[in-house]
Amino acid sequence: MSVDAPVLPRRPLDTAEAVVSPPRPVRGRRRRLPFSAWHLLLLPVAVVFLVPFVEMFLTSFTPASEINRFPPAFFPSSLTTAGYEKLFAESDIVRWLANTAIVSVVAIVSHLVLCSLAGYGFARLRFPGRDIGFVAVLATIMIPTQLLMIPTYVLFARVGLIDTLGAAIVPWLASAFGIFLMRQFFLSLPVELEEAGMIDGCTRVQVFFRIVLPLARPALATLAIFTLLGSWNDLVWPLIAINDDQAFTLQLGLTNFQGNRRTDWSLLMAGNVVATLPLIVFFLVAQKQFVATMTFSGLKG
Amino acid sequence: MTTTSAPERPAAVESPGGASRHPAPVRPRQRLGSRLGGWGFVAPALVIVLGLSIFPAVWALLLSLQEWDGFSTPEFVGTANYAELVGDADLRDAVMHTVLYTVLFVPSVVLLGLFLAVALNRRIRFIGLYRTAVFVPFVASAAATGILTTYLFNPQFGLMNNLLRVLHLPQQGWLEDPHQSMVVIAIMSLWGQAAFTTVIYLAALQDVPGDVVEAARIDGAGPWQIFWNVVWPHLRPVTTFVAIYMTLQAVQLFDLVYTTTRGGPLNATETIVYYLWQTAFRELDFGYGSAVAYGLFFVTLVATVVVTVQQRRAAARELETR
Repeated sequence: MSVDAPVLPRRPLDTAEAVVSPPRPVRGRRRRLPFSAWHLLLLPVAVVFLVPFVEMFLTSFTPASEINRFPPAFFPSSLTTAGYEKLFAESDIVRWLANTAIVSVVAIVSHLVLCSLAGYGFARLRFPGRDIGFVAVLATIMIPTQLLMIPTYVLFARVGLIDTLGAAIVPWLASAFGIFLMRQFFLSLPVELEEAGMIDGCTRVQVFFRIVLPLARPALATLAIFTLLGSWNDLVWPLIAINDDQAFTLQLGLTNFQGNRRTDWSLLMAGNVVATLPLIVFFLVAQKQFVATMTFSGLKG
Repeated sequence: MTTTSAPERPAAVESPGGASRHPAPVRPRQRLGSRLGGWGFVAPALVIVLGLSIFPAVWALLLSLQEWDGFSTPEFVGTANYAELVGDADLRDAVMHTVLYTVLFVPSVVLLGLFLAVALNRRIRFIGLYRTAVFVPFVASAAATGILTTYLFNPQFGLMNNLLRVLHLPQQGWLEDPHQSMVVIAIMSLWGQAAFTTVIYLAALQDVPGDVVEAARIDGAGPWQIFWNVVWPHLRPVTTFVAIYMTLQAVQLFDLVYTTTRGGPLNATETIVYYLWQTAFRELDFGYGSAVAYGLFFVTLVATVVVTVQQRRAAARELETR
């Protein structure tokens, strides 16, 4: 180490940071910045990633006359809620919001119940056909959605689900991913707790609800977020299965709007805010769980 | 089904060793447990998952051998639909557009994820805010992203052309230019999907043993040497996975095309799945649509298996040479 290098107190080894170190003030290099050089990189990156959302919020409050002015300004000179007023007055956005909320709530509740039951069954119980059943579930993860669109449409048409909210709900009642996630989690729990419960006279069902499920909260949170994101944002399937605007989901209504009101930007962006803000807020509140969900859905492969 | 009442009865506990068919401490009441009890737990979810995947998948295979518009009597045509795939010029164009998107998107999203993960993997001030900024676009739906894309890249008053104007650079047609539209879609996919690859790489980076990195540093390795010789070998399996996963996503691109260009301009963004959707749900050609779906499934499945096997072999060979 050269003599003129400033001597910094050595921090305890931190794995997260040690992986790739920022330039350190050793071997004669001087630290010229009062802050880490990484800020120079990360700040612009963060700004770029946030710009679309900033534009979304700004535009939703910008008067139509200003949006279509040439040359355009980066920031509006005045703000208005006209876009929102128009949105709520001239569209069924409230109904679409309610529809989407219903779809997501039913999807989450059903997912949590059915997938945790099935995950527990596959993880802990012995019954004939168990392994074949689980392999079949895993195999379905390989099947792409577009292969299923046509027959599922025909099937739903035959049972009268097309153009109803049920068409959007049924595919989200359970998923292979959910079963797999819950099974992996239950396998990681020590079996002794359940055995103790059985010795104390609990039935298998009581053990499941009183002992196992309360321990499964992290996995259930992951599953709930996965289901929320998927069901709230789903577009392809509702697009195929629902043509009746009374049964539209938010995403469908929004896309439909985009076709009809191509230039009504403050209205479109107001709709965008209504559809996206709940998820953004939820993300900010539960970022840790969201990241855990993303990590797990990545590791399933 | 007879299993509806079954969950009331306990099934045998599987011990960690997995060997005990008869777990030791059971009370008489529990010994009644039917061996079918487990089905009560798994059946509801299994019926939904298999009923909405394997059953339709088999059905789609049958449909692909038929000529059917959904109303009239289906006509069995054998492999005629598959033969038609080969000579279909529109499909060939759709394949080319999909390949273009995949080539644009997959390497970028993998490299961007790696880069962002390395940059975000440190403890400096505001790091939480930086991470949030990169991650939060993940919650934006295709519909929302589509509207944002058409707005930001609007040739007349969009932010992008406004920036170019301020910088005195030539204005672009973006989504309205057949040569640029796919690039724009790839850029906005990147905006939403970078979070995913970043999170995966961040998780992988935290698994790199810190003492090895520290040892390399003490031995005098610079940051680049440490990255290539110590960190990168740990990231290679993850990279393979992320690349395959993102490729599978990319070849199925549909929704962002639907919410931005609807396949235009001049069909420049018509992807395979978009073509499939049009064939099936606009032209009501269920048979041919199913054949397209199966063709895509088959090709991606074979490609995935080949790549995975090759990677495993390469990894095994490397272990041997070490």
